Amino acid sequence: MQVDLQVHQRANPDLLDCLWAYQNKHGYIRDEDVAEFSAYRGISKVELEGVISFYHFFHRKPAGRYTIYLNNSIVSEFSGFQRVKEAFERETGAAFGEVDPSGLFGLFETACIGLSDQEPAALINFHPFTNLTTMKVKHIIAELKKGVPVEKLCDEVADNIRYVPGEGRSVFLREYFPGSAIAKLQALSPEQVIDEINRSKLSGRGGAFFPTGLKWGLCRQQESSPKYIVCNADEGEPGTFKDRVLLNTMPGLVLEGMIIAGYAVGASVGMLYLRAEYTWMKDKLEKAIEQFYRMGLLGLNAAGIKGFNFDIRLQLGAGSYVIGEETAMLNSLEGKRGESRVKQYFPVEKGYLNQPTVVNNVETLCAAARVMELGADHFLKLGTPDSPGTKLLSISGDCHLPGIYEIEWGMRLEDLLQLCQAENPYYIQVSGPSGECVSMAEKNRVLSKEDLRCGGSLMIFSGHRDILDILINFADFFKEESCGVCTPCRAGNFIIRRKLEKVRLGLAHQSDYEDIRQWGKIMQIASRCGLGKMATNALIKALDAFPEYFNQKIEGEADRLNKEFNIERAVADYEKFRS
Amino acid sequence: MAKLVKIKIDGKEIQAEEGKNLVKVAKENGIFIPSLCYYEHIDPPLGTCRVCTCELNGKAVPACMQKVKQGMDVKVNTPELTDVRKAIVEMMFAEGNHFCPACEKSGNCDMQHMGYEMGVSVSRFPHIFKDRLIDFNPKRMVIEHNRCVKCRRCIEEVLTDDGKQVFSFFNRGNETIVAIDYEQEARLTKEQALHAMKICPTGAILVRGASMGSPFGDRRFDMHSAKPEGKKIAKPSLPAKGPKKGKPKKKVIATISLAGCFGCHMSMLDIDLGFVDLIELVEFNKSPINDIKEFTKKCDIGLVEGGCCNTENIETLREFRKKCKILVAMGECAIWGGLPAMRNLVPLEECLEEAYLNSMTTEPGEHIVPYHEDLPKILDKVYPINEIVEIDYFIPGCPPNAEHIWKAVKNLLWGDQYSILYSEFKYD
Repeated sequence: MQVDLQVHQRANPDLLDCLWAYQNKHGYIRDEDVAEFSAYRGISKVELEGVISFYHFFHRKPAGRYTIYLNNSIVSEFSGFQRVKEAFERETGAAFGEVDPSGLFGLFETACIGLSDQEPAALINFHPFTNLTTMKVKHIIAELKKGVPVEKLCDEVADNIRYVPGEGRSVFLREYFPGSAIAKLQALSPEQVIDEINRSKLSGRGGAFFPTGLKWGLCRQQESSPKYIVCNADEGEPGTFKDRVLLNTMPGLVLEGMIIAGYAVGASVGMLYLRAEYTWMKDKLEKAIEQFYRMGLLGLNAAGIKGFNFDIRLQLGAGSYVIGEETAMLNSLEGKRGESRVKQYFPVEKGYLNQPTVVNNVETLCAAARVMELGADHFLKLGTPDSPGTKLLSISGDCHLPGIYEIEWGMRLEDLLQLCQAENPYYIQVSGPSGECVSMAEKNRVLSKEDLRCGGSLMIFSGHRDILDILINFADFFKEESCGVCTPCRAGNFIIRRKLEKVRLGLAHQSDYEDIRQWGKIMQIASRCGLGKMATNALIKALDAFPEYFNQKIEGEADRLNKEFNIERAVADYEKFRS
Repeated sequence: MAKLVKIKIDGKEIQAEEGKNLVKVAKENGIFIPSLCYYEHIDPPLGTCRVCTCELNGKAVPACMQKVKQGMDVKVNTPELTDVRKAIVEMMFAEGNHFCPACEKSGNCDMQHMGYEMGVSVSRFPHIFKDRLIDFNPKRMVIEHNRCVKCRRCIEEVLTDDGKQVFSFFNRGNETIVAIDYEQEARLTKEQALHAMKICPTGAILVRGASMGSPFGDRRFDMHSAKPEGKKIAKPSLPAKGPKKGKPKKKVIATISLAGCFGCHMSMLDIDLGFVDLIELVEFNKSPINDIKEFTKKCDIGLVEGGCCNTENIETLREFRKKCKILVAMGECAIWGGLPAMRNLVPLEECLEEAYLNSMTTEPGEHIVPYHEDLPKILDKVYPINEIVEIDYFIPGCPPNAEHIWKAVKNLLWGDQYSILYSEFKYD
């Protein structure tokens, strides 16, 4: 029996939008909505429920008139998360994960919401609230109870741009003149655009460092049409917020990057996948798109180039970290569960709707636009020979100046730490939980493709932080965000999390550390996508980088008993029957 | 016919049709690549179980995803890769609640079979014992979520006549389950339902009234390995020592049954006349076999049946660890809890209430949960013995085959070379 792929690969590109519409109307997705929609589309209910249950911002039960998502990332945890959480519970009368009896407030925890430079932060009906304190929470809830609209109460998100290289050496955060990058397209053929990008040695800024020009060239070669450009604005890596600042300060530059990519590869549609955590920027981006249409930069004969028709639509996500993986994003765009695809084809061969697709990060597209505007030669003068240009870093944690740093590749880690006035730095997490951690023994390492790679997140932790708190927060994050499809990632992350509990109790043996290394390696080898492959990176690296810390957590093993077993705890349930 | 290309698997030169699936080509050439989700006609392959992880030109990849190309250099049976694949199957056992002796699919189960093939005697990972539902709502089927390994076969393969999905993944991360659509399930024909049960690599999909297959001995994986050659699956775990000259000093054995059914002890007796020979070589110290209640000396080896369900078990086990040089977990209950661990999915309170308070057979006026200082206290769950003390060796089986037990003991005490037959290595 041959499986009919047509049936299976069917897509519902507007599914997420429809689900948002239902949820926005009633505050949650009701049984009637599921029945109505599945009947209308001719799909089974279970298929639809499968999609809904994948995204943590979709609710199948009432989630309160004010739905509050408090960020539980490690930076938030170290900035007073627990106190703020308690304040929310006290003021609203709801427990986390639930709705208060009157149905007014729903409290939920969520992973990093891209505001690590102003933690603790929360979203209330997707409006941002930053630098929360117990007093501030008290005030917010009191005002909401009075009926003050959320839009009036929410905070203006600060961009916190802390450092930009001088003397015209900035690439991203220099003055932006709308249309100046795409103005160059008219004189160039698509091949020439790709050549220029190739010459600039621009590589993917999401953290994978894949050469952008090569990706575009591969997509251009594909005969199949139509082709698609996807802008990955789903920066979910905890500690990252650089794309937020780009989208907020120069949305036009992002669109220009997409148009340039579209022209280069011969695509006709661009999609900007915006994470739901950034819903508060949606209007701004849609206005920017509208304005581009009015300026003739989008639509028929886009950018004034005859025969180049290019449209951009915005797709709002619904809460899932793994969507940042490009094939998972394609599935999500098609209205499916955001599981990563098997690596049989590259997206440039078969991507969105099985058509050639380029998926680029926001920063990559902005860089591409700047390369066109300023020329590859200018770009090559910056940074190091192998990693030219500049990089946006989102710095957070224990430093006096958290925020955005545009640095030239090739900066030493120590110089960067001085720049942001890090306090007694001890443990630095580079590229978020799935990246690597470094100790101060590595302070001379150089941020670049060749040495210390960084996708954008840099979290600094000082000597008084407990390393296990950090690693356990990461383990919780991966356990929660695993898509659940492949065994090593789904079960592995759960098992590793348990093992860390044993270490936290101070009951680990040396053999437990060996287990962690070996099990982590198995996850690296066998997982299906980057999430599982990278999930134990930091943990394994930490065992190497901070041996003195881990050695003091070890329990002797002379009597060959397993100290994790606690007899008092084990009989506690039974003791309830003591009369 | 497609073009023939040359590839290498484990150094062996092979000619194969270009574009053919690697798992299939390997199988045709006598190289067994284990897999649970792979299904010939599903393209692109599912790539969910990861049990077929191999190395292609130096990079770890799932074999099911590879189409044969000229010059491929594939490694399958390196020590590292063999261990990774074994670890993944162990992970599945640790993640789900797989009580083989109580499972309808036992003996016909792909996953159990993979366990045999890879010689999984114990999962290196702690059992999760997550409480999962058994879904009795569908009209024709029962969905046992405890046993599902999320391979996705049923999701892709089982559709209604008008092409609607009957199964779908639901939730994500560790909470992921394969949910079933009751309306669509009711529309399946009996044949379609039976097909769903058949393609499930475990006993997660059952069709009412059709779940028990063939009797013991006649089941698909009872007697023969899927590996083209070599029925030996376990190798001696200690280096062989030469026989010592002169009359050997008798070795001392202790045995105990904790939260078990004494089935493993009964199995020990199954060597029948072999016991007469054995008693020439060993003496029993504390053991139900000779009814010695307390240790009188240090023992060379201790065989422990059963997990720990109360404080007395804990005490006894710790005593065994002190008195025995080598401690062996004998049987499934000792290894990971086994059948008594079925209660681990339910809070202790509910178990006791059901047994002592709400039970139909409780005498009137006797509604009380026993609690007395002389009684051992019941633990919150049944613990595998390696969560209490360190265990040196594990012998799987419910019960383990008699030959298997004594071969292992002889190997541990005198270094005798041995090999376990496929038919002697069983989980049920």
